[in-house]
Amino acid sequence: MSKRLRVNPIACDAHGLCAELLPELITLDEWGYPIIDPEQVTPALLGHARRAVAACPTLALHLTDAGDSATQPDR
Amino acid sequence: MSTASTVHTAGPAGLPRLLADWHATGRPADLAAHLKRYGPVPLRGRRRSRRGAPMLAATVERAGLAGHGGAWFPAAAKMRAVAAGRGPAVVVANGAESEPASGKDRLLLYVAPHLVVDGAVLAADAVGAGEVIVCVHDDGRLPGRVEAAIAERDAAEYDPVRLQVATVPGRYVASEETALVHWLSGGAPVPTFTPPRPYQRGVNGRRTLVHNVETLAHLALLARYGDAWFRGIGTPQAPGSTLVTLSGSVARQGVYEIALGTPLREVLDLAGGPTEPVQALLVGGYGGAWIPAGTSLDLPLTPAHLRAAGGVLGAGVIVALPAASCGLAETARVLGWLAEQSAGQCGPCAHGLPAIADDLALLVKGGRAHGVGDRLRKRLAVIAGRGACHHPDGAVRLAASALSVFAADVDDHLRHGPCPRVLHTPVLPLPQRTSERGHP
Repeated sequence: MSKRLRVNPIACDAHGLCAELLPELITLDEWGYPIIDPEQVTPALLGHARRAVAACPTLALHLTDAGDSATQPDR
Repeated sequence: MSTASTVHTAGPAGLPRLLADWHATGRPADLAAHLKRYGPVPLRGRRRSRRGAPMLAATVERAGLAGHGGAWFPAAAKMRAVAAGRGPAVVVANGAESEPASGKDRLLLYVAPHLVVDGAVLAADAVGAGEVIVCVHDDGRLPGRVEAAIAERDAAEYDPVRLQVATVPGRYVASEETALVHWLSGGAPVPTFTPPRPYQRGVNGRRTLVHNVETLAHLALLARYGDAWFRGIGTPQAPGSTLVTLSGSVARQGVYEIALGTPLREVLDLAGGPTEPVQALLVGGYGGAWIPAGTSLDLPLTPAHLRAAGGVLGAGVIVALPAASCGLAETARVLGWLAEQSAGQCGPCAHGLPAIADDLALLVKGGRAHGVGDRLRKRLAVIAGRGACHHPDGAVRLAASALSVFAADVDDHLRHGPCPRVLHTPVLPLPQRTSERGHP
């Protein structure tokens, strides 16, 4: 099952560990908050992605099944 | 196939629809007058079609009713999503109209509260909810007005569900769906991370159907007159009527009911037309977008047409900006307010909105503001889509549209400093400040 990274922006406190651990998919904006590559996580990066999720001090980073949030009515 | 599955009474031809009684009598309708004009609420309960969906949802889907709170999301899909769940359910009628330039929800609740309540009760009946909560901001009169309408119905023991009014704090984001549900559940009036969405877990954990009050009023008529009647005006992709709030440089500011697909020029004429040369129109709300006057006036008012033109129909706000004022300065003022109205929960919004508001202020001041335009564009490109709600998206959209529509002004300010038009009386209204951030 393919996975995507997703951040809970309310829980996120800009600690920045995710970007350190997974620079291939996560960069930080000028205020220190993560900008996440919306594409599916490749198998090669999946292990790194899981480590980044585990490392987040506020548990803001999630690995979700691709297509999850897209199937719900928005707003 | 679009045959109605139930016999409906004949609905009124043309316009007005929601405002029919108001236009005919000039008086808000009490329960007796309302029932005399429209007949009883046609409750159908949770009777199912063969495929198991609520019958009302099938009618709503054939009619193509969309949400009138700004998102234009298909109403039937929302209803089905809630109906598919189990356990107790709630219907929330969202009349917490915090959009400063919008007055349609308030007008509707003042003059036709029973249409709104009818719609809410019909929706509750269809999804198996035992409770309806009508949410409004407190302007000193509206909560009492809606409570009086509910009291009439309670006295007649008219509805099979519990009805109540909730008075929502006045901040801009409080009326966002998840914020409203959070507040009704005892939390702060700020958005929450999703999933779960309200249709899954909403007020106090119950499945919750949130609809704008205008959507519910349309539902009240649609349930009586059927989907063929509903599609009698509007366009095939955007059927029915909608309420719009016209303000700015038009002769008669106010709320008007129009058929979807009506050209913008005709809509402005309903309000007596422009009172002076108009340079641009703000459409949608403060999270909407500017469109230039000129060819835009031929634009049919549907969500799709506005989108294609780089705008958004949103909550039906239409503000005509006079050529005598400065669109850049107006936008900078509103962005400052939008930044203040951030719930402050998400970094990109809490930091990003004040930053772009500052950039716009610098562009208004002009002079040696080189690089500000580029910095602003870079920021606009990274802020949208990264908050828990769409507040930052709207702010970014408004700012980006200003840079496009008022590009000549940006250039002019950079070369010569602020133009004299920045001194024009502010056109876009903002609520008065109070001690508490964001609470009017």
